[in-house]
Amino acid sequence: MKTVCALLAAAFASAALVTGAFAEEKPVELKKAPGLDKVEANCAACHSLDYIQMNSPFPSAAMWDAEVAKMIKAYGAPIDDADAKDIAAYLKKNYGS
Amino acid sequence: MITRRHLMGSVGAGAALAVTGLKLPFPDDAQAAGAAKEPGLPAGTRSEAVLGALPGKKPLIKLSYRPPNYETPIEYFRTPITPNDAFFVRYHLSDIPEVDANTWKLAIGGDGAEKQAELTFNDLKAMPATEVVAVNQCSGNRRGLFQPHVFGVEWGYGAMGCARWKGVKLKDVLAKAGLKKDVVEIAYGGADGPPFDKTPDFAKSIPSWKALEETTLIAYEMNGAPLPHFNGFPARLIVPGWTGTYWMKHIVSLEARTSPLHNFWMTSAYRVPLGKFPMAARFTTQEAPGATATPITEMVVNSLITSHADGAKVKRGGSLTVGGIAWDGGYGIANVEVSTDGGKTWTAAKLGENLGPYAFRPFSFAFAPKRGANVIVARATNKIGQTQTTELVPNGAGYHHNLPHRVTLNAA
Ligand code: HEC
Repeated sequence: MKTVCALLAAAFASAALVTGAFAEEKPVELKKAPGLDKVEANCAACHSLDYIQMNSPFPSAAMWDAEVAKMIKAYGAPIDDADAKDIAAYLKKNYGS
Repeated sequence: MITRRHLMGSVGAGAALAVTGLKLPFPDDAQAAGAAKEPGLPAGTRSEAVLGALPGKKPLIKLSYRPPNYETPIEYFRTPITPNDAFFVRYHLSDIPEVDANTWKLAIGGDGAEKQAELTFNDLKAMPATEVVAVNQCSGNRRGLFQPHVFGVEWGYGAMGCARWKGVKLKDVLAKAGLKKDVVEIAYGGADGPPFDKTPDFAKSIPSWKALEETTLIAYEMNGAPLPHFNGFPARLIVPGWTGTYWMKHIVSLEARTSPLHNFWMTSAYRVPLGKFPMAARFTTQEAPGATATPITEMVVNSLITSHADGAKVKRGGSLTVGGIAWDGGYGIANVEVSTDGGKTWTAAKLGENLGPYAFRPFSFAFAPKRGANVIVARATNKIGQTQTTELVPNGAGYHHNLPHRVTLNAA
């Protein structure tokens, strides 16, 4: 069932809070490269970042584009177009085939 | 009634996710590492998967921390019953409350119900109880072994388990509200949900004919003990024969429906190409006219070699017994054949204890290993003549992987 919580919207704006909230979870360290800050800020709210690492390095560029779009369209991730582009570019470069 | 865990609440609850990190031996020690080092998995999965223990669980193979997705190492499948503390954990959504059985309630209603009803945990336990031994297998078990790889939780062989479930027949629970004649589906929800309200909540349905079967239960015990938190405490749905997506954990609501349930998890997810798999049970109210996809339903016939890890060293000659388990969608295992030459020749294995048509069925086979590599392959056939596939049926979500499992034993 659903937790509708204004706090969460605020949390989305603050990656620090999101990662902080799950401090006991072992941090998943993704490759340090341009765009990582946007990935950490936008992709860790609903699940840990091991979802990305686990799904690599097989995805093609088109697959990563579709995956980022799925997070936004199917799961409601509040990510604007510019960030989505940078995130997709990071994923293709560092976790793509 | 239920302690809902908000994001802030998760600060404390994060402790529930504390994991004793322990890098898997890689890549040589097959014994301890289980599926995490299956060479067929994506490289990213192989490096990310570590053994980690959730509270109340043995170290399992961690695929994701949040939501927790942990698979059972193959060693635990040497018995037909999987221990509760080694049983795999699978969640889509990360807002997972600790449900208190004293305040838990199950609400029954819907436009197909005669009236509304509500059961407490004590009400449920006071009803006539029944038991079934049944395999709970994630639809995506072995997804990580698909070639080409597809997106999802990249499971190896262990997103499954078999337990003795005790609970109340779903049909008896539904009778508390009474069903109208034109009910087509029973839908249901659990206490867990998305941390963000734009993500579709996880709700599912089954056809009313499946809901009314004698073995479809609301279970509150697993192998003689309360359900572990991570397996759905205090009560979950048991849908023998069908894949885990229908086995709602932490169940809190039942809805009798006169129309099909359409949401992301029914209509977009958990679909397989129509006519490509040998499914006898179809969920026809979910099929749009002319559609090419249909909901996944029953498990396909399958088997797993569990006595030895791939690459194990054995003695040449003499008599070596290899074995494992076989299961299907509830028709029952008719036979398991084993090959010791990589699939060229096959001999019938001996079947072990029969815990019912929905359970893991053990098999064993004795042979004399020859010097060098002995490639052992197992192939199960069920009582309606279905056997394991020789070629994977491609499908976007990587469901129904039932290629014969093979392990290589090296004899010196
Ligand atoms: C609004 C919530 C939300 C946000 C934000 C989000 N995801 Fe997801 N993501 C999900 C859900 C829900 C799943 C399905 C989880 C499951 O089934 O175990 C998922 C699954 C995935 C998967 C596994 C493959 C699949 O499709 O199931 C990948 C990879 C992934 N997300 C990547 C990302 C990336 C990259 C971002 C940042 C652009 C992101 N996610 C942001 C909700 C979200």
